Amino acid sequence: MKRAAAALLCCMGLAQADGVRPARDFLSPELRAQQDDPSRHPGWLWVDEGEALWRAGERSCQSCHGDVAAMAGVAARYPAVAADGALLNLELRIERCREEQQGAPRFGYESQALLSLTAAIAQRSRGLAMSVPVDGAAAPFLERGREFYATRQGQLNLSCGQCHDENAGRRLRGDVISSGIGTGYPAYRLEWNTLGSLHRRLRACSLGVRAEQLPLGGADYLALELYLAHRARGMPMEAPGIRR
Amino acid sequence: MTDFTARITMPETARRGDVVPIRVIIRHPMEREITAEGLTPLPRRIIHSFRVTYAGEEVFRMALSAGVTANPYVAFTTIATETGTLHFEWLEDGGAVHRREARLVVTA
Repeated sequence: MKRAAAALLCCMGLAQADGVRPARDFLSPELRAQQDDPSRHPGWLWVDEGEALWRAGERSCQSCHGDVAAMAGVAARYPAVAADGALLNLELRIERCREEQQGAPRFGYESQALLSLTAAIAQRSRGLAMSVPVDGAAAPFLERGREFYATRQGQLNLSCGQCHDENAGRRLRGDVISSGIGTGYPAYRLEWNTLGSLHRRLRACSLGVRAEQLPLGGADYLALELYLAHRARGMPMEAPGIRR
Repeated sequence: MTDFTARITMPETARRGDVVPIRVIIRHPMEREITAEGLTPLPRRIIHSFRVTYAGEEVFRMALSAGVTANPYVAFTTIATETGTLHFEWLEDGGAVHRREARLVVTA
């Protein structure tokens, strides 16, 4: 019996490298139902606006990429390393496209316009499995992210894993600790009363352990985002999610 | 960029006498006023009334207070009587009015 249990645990360990579970598993049944229902999910207000932005202007996103439906699967492969060697998440990829291809000023990280476009594109990958490439040029970024994840930080001296691996599924204040994967972002967070990016959420994590809050789009959070995406490999995309 | 957007979810057609579920979610900050010392003061700006008429007749009215969340979600039902237009009207502090409409086709 004991041996059978051990074998089972071992199998589970193989299937799910570090016990990571989809983010939706940690939501209350009510929130999960709301996340699945566009008619009462406020995140769709941003998706609508993002799809309008996708078509807006003479040199619109649509004029190169075609309908936004063609973006299916794209968000599941981000963050990714660009041709010049920079690691870009979806937000920064849009910003760069805007500058270089559309000749327009950046929207600015966490601006409503950038959140909307990101949500509209990410939504097209909803339900698809995360699969970021982590070999080649991405490898050093992944290593940096893994290191950041494992480093104890802040006055509380906690690493990410001390909550999101060792205590996932248990309660912290009013919420359940998740596996700490970013598959639902940009997400509508009830605490914010608005849609927000993963980096905004990471800043809240940094604050939570009383560490320095790093800039949105900064190198450390980007590398961490890549590591989290790798951690979430095979998990379904949930963006736009609903979170406490 | 306007900070008002509305998503109205309801069937396009219904049989006469059917109960028609209508779900409405709007994007609005519902700013409840900032007066505290040391903060930049901000006047109250919320959607204070929401009214729906169907074929010229009022079928739903709601008063919203400063305690209501940003981006509020409202669900209600009405009974399909005749083919017509539902007019949705939101009144905002300061006098702004937001309007949307949706068509309901009623079959016998």
